[in-house]
Amino acid sequence: MTTRSYTRADFQTDQEVRWCPGCGDYTILASVQQFVAALGRPREEFVFISGIGCASRFPYYMNTFGMHSIHGRAPAIATGVATTRPDLSVWVITGDGDALSIGGNHLIHVLRRNVNLKILLFNNQIYGLTKGQYSPTSEIGKKTKSSPFGSIDYPFNPVSLALGAEATFVARTLDMDRSHTQAILKAAYEHEGAAFIEIYQNCNVFNDKAFIQVTGKEERIHNRIDLQHGKPIVFDGGSKAIVMRDGQATIVESSLVDPNAILVHDETRPDPAIAFALSRLSHGPYGPTPLGIFRNVERPSYDSELNAQVAEAKEQLGEGDLEKLIRSHGTWTVEAESPNGG
Amino acid sequence: MANETATADPSSTTTETLEKLVVRFAGDSGDGMQLAGNRFTDASALFGNDLATLPNFPAEIRAPAGTLPGVSSFQVQIADFDILTAGDQPDCLVAMNPAALMTNLEDLRQGGTLIVNSDAFDERNLAKAGYESDPLDDDSLKGYRVIKVPMDDLTKRAVKDTGVKGRNVLRSKNFFALGLMAWLFHRPTEPTIDWIEKKFGKQEEVAAANIAAFRAGYNFGVTTEATKNTFEVKPAALKPGTYTNVNGNTALAWGLIAASQKSGLPLFYGTYPITPASDILHELSHHKNFGVRTFQAEDEIAAIGAAIGAAFAGNLAVTGSSGPGIALKSEAISLAFMLELPLIVINVQRGGPSTGLPTKPEQSDLLFSLYGRHGESPLPVLAIATPSEAFLMAIEAARIAVKYMTPVILLSDNSVANASEPWLLPDLDSIPEIDVEYAKHPNGPDGTFLPYMRNVDTFARPWAIPGTAGLEHRVGGLEKDALSGDVSYDASNHQLMTDTRAWKVANIANDIPQLEIDGEEDAEILVLGWGSTFGSIRAAARRSRLEGHKVATLHLRYLNPLPNNLGDLLRSYDKILIPELNTGQLLKVIRAEFLIDVTGLNKVAAEPFKVSEITEKILEMVQ
Repeated sequence: MTTRSYTRADFQTDQEVRWCPGCGDYTILASVQQFVAALGRPREEFVFISGIGCASRFPYYMNTFGMHSIHGRAPAIATGVATTRPDLSVWVITGDGDALSIGGNHLIHVLRRNVNLKILLFNNQIYGLTKGQYSPTSEIGKKTKSSPFGSIDYPFNPVSLALGAEATFVARTLDMDRSHTQAILKAAYEHEGAAFIEIYQNCNVFNDKAFIQVTGKEERIHNRIDLQHGKPIVFDGGSKAIVMRDGQATIVESSLVDPNAILVHDETRPDPAIAFALSRLSHGPYGPTPLGIFRNVERPSYDSELNAQVAEAKEQLGEGDLEKLIRSHGTWTVEAESPNGG
Repeated sequence: MANETATADPSSTTTETLEKLVVRFAGDSGDGMQLAGNRFTDASALFGNDLATLPNFPAEIRAPAGTLPGVSSFQVQIADFDILTAGDQPDCLVAMNPAALMTNLEDLRQGGTLIVNSDAFDERNLAKAGYESDPLDDDSLKGYRVIKVPMDDLTKRAVKDTGVKGRNVLRSKNFFALGLMAWLFHRPTEPTIDWIEKKFGKQEEVAAANIAAFRAGYNFGVTTEATKNTFEVKPAALKPGTYTNVNGNTALAWGLIAASQKSGLPLFYGTYPITPASDILHELSHHKNFGVRTFQAEDEIAAIGAAIGAAFAGNLAVTGSSGPGIALKSEAISLAFMLELPLIVINVQRGGPSTGLPTKPEQSDLLFSLYGRHGESPLPVLAIATPSEAFLMAIEAARIAVKYMTPVILLSDNSVANASEPWLLPDLDSIPEIDVEYAKHPNGPDGTFLPYMRNVDTFARPWAIPGTAGLEHRVGGLEKDALSGDVSYDASNHQLMTDTRAWKVANIANDIPQLEIDGEEDAEILVLGWGSTFGSIRAAARRSRLEGHKVATLHLRYLNPLPNNLGDLLRSYDKILIPELNTGQLLKVIRAEFLIDVTGLNKVAAEPFKVSEITEKILEMVQ
């Protein structure tokens, strides 16, 4: 593979970035630009495809190939790119409304098919572009323009949803922590198949401080559960730990349990049950919340399987012969002098 | 039409030579009538007849056995000359049960041959079909030549040594009926036996049973001399060349593969199963060795979405569906229009609206194809007139899509998709290549790339695919600057872009064939059509000429843009008739475009036009 020397600036476009000042999207953009620049992979091999929403303006600011498409459909469109062009690195940029509401169907199907896409879901738990309605990740009771008496929509837990949809790579990170974001991006990039990353993203205009429990200087010490492959899951300075109890992941005081009972994180477990249990530790960023890679397993990607079928068909049957094909149902010939003579 | 030259046979039966013959197989939807009809058709095709078929089946896979809604039929017309339709009235009807007789008898020509499976005429089946008395025992069939055959019993006996058991025994009875028909109409038997061996080769017992039943049916005719007359239809004097029998969906699939080869672009077909378009997917999915990638998506929107992605990535991208599915794709079609990416959107029309009549023909999506999108979004719209023509029309749709960087709507319908006809195989080398050039180099000042800087002739924008260094760019649904493609909310730019996109499509009129009148230039009437009504219109014009009238016909393959000479042609006739299987959609377009009055002949009755219906209207208008 060709490598080139890039800086973040090589991945910036001449377009004025139009997110609101202070939006978490800026930080994510910087993280992604920095990450892809560091890869040294030719810029033209990247494709960023988005749907509709604040997050979906993202491709305009990436100096790669890109498409700002229609609401919810980015995973479908990206499937067409990834399945026909395995030489490219294809990324989907989406938000909680785009991916989980109008585009929910496409999201679950690309995950189950394991299409080779890197999906970044910017979750701000609100509709920003349409100016402040509740989203499918907004908490129950949330008062918004469209829910003046409080939302009665039970929210999705995006990580649980992705795990339930047979995703092979599922992770969560947050906008403010650029080094955490970049570590997750790297793992996702290296994963063969669909990689789903939920990124907690602050909308400082319509839903400010929604993630304060995991981003606030004080709060995060107590609430960030950093999942690290091969390590016991402990947090809050080591004072708290996760154990499996009655089939559930449960938070306990570390000092009160046998250290051997503490759950050791294994993102490669073939069965997603424990990853799912971890995702249920929180149903939103309202207390102790796991961050990091929940699941990272190998399964052939849809595109590699499809292209293998094409290659195999060519090998077994030879390159398609159109002359043969149109004669494959049997033919007959009418001679110039037919019995009934013209 | 019977010829008078009956010739003596070695046996006591005589053979009558017919110019043409219409046969209909009718039975329960589980009776295998489509299969029997298709085998009869293929044997006739290989024998050298011209032919046209009309399959007619319920939307339910297995409606309750023996009921009227469960009847499935297959009609074929074979002839020794070039025919245009599957015929208005069968000369011979095979009715496998009372329900099939009840629903099909009124179409049978007076004096025609009726072959019935008498074993199925029991009290229960008669009641299900609504017969109060057994029509085989009363006078109700006296206007027909009735051949009663106990097919259940004879099939059972024929297959008893083949090893098939239980319900499988009677599944061969369609082959018994087919064998009898092969005898009655002098059809060659080898193609059917070969086909059975190939199709059921792995299930030896089934193959043996079907062959035994087929032979038993044939021999039943020979030994019982089931009728005094048998019939033959000589091979047709078709244009010299090599033929195959093909239906519209298959020809369309092959045409897409041909377009892929002619353009050098890999074919991507994104779709979601829907009647009557699914067979295009089935056919394409077999041909991966042509580099074809088929994608059965989670829904109609994902199907076109993936196709748009494939187009962006440099493929010959196609999505296919029928009316309800196209409705779901509407927003994405507008996106493809805005992005100016090549994309073929196939609509195999069926009876609508909503789920409508999924297995019946209708042409009611014309206005939807022309105008059924939000915003100002004109698209090229093409329509296929006959099954075999689908091959070249698919190539033409691809040519327009990639040359002009635009989605193209290609209309087919149920009576093109599932009907078959002999196809004079084209010389593939003579089909022009489709020139495609991806953009390779920056086209703007200082090495910049302007993704919307257009070709001066076609107004097409460059196709710059991912992976091309220096051409990184972003496209999207938001209005774009006329050169850079950057988001632009500028008012005059939007006006310019709207006008430019419309002009680009309108200009395709200069790149399509001029229309040619069929028939007399100085005709009393012009009959204008589009799509699958082609055969009925041409046949009706022929019949009207036999009545001494001068009739011209014109058939549109391009519905947008319309051919440049259409207006002048229309203005040279006083009377214009437009038969359509809708309530008058082309009629509205013609009135709106040309401000001239036209008369419609409209029908949405779950079947194609009968030739007689159009003929009567023509005669009414000229008299």
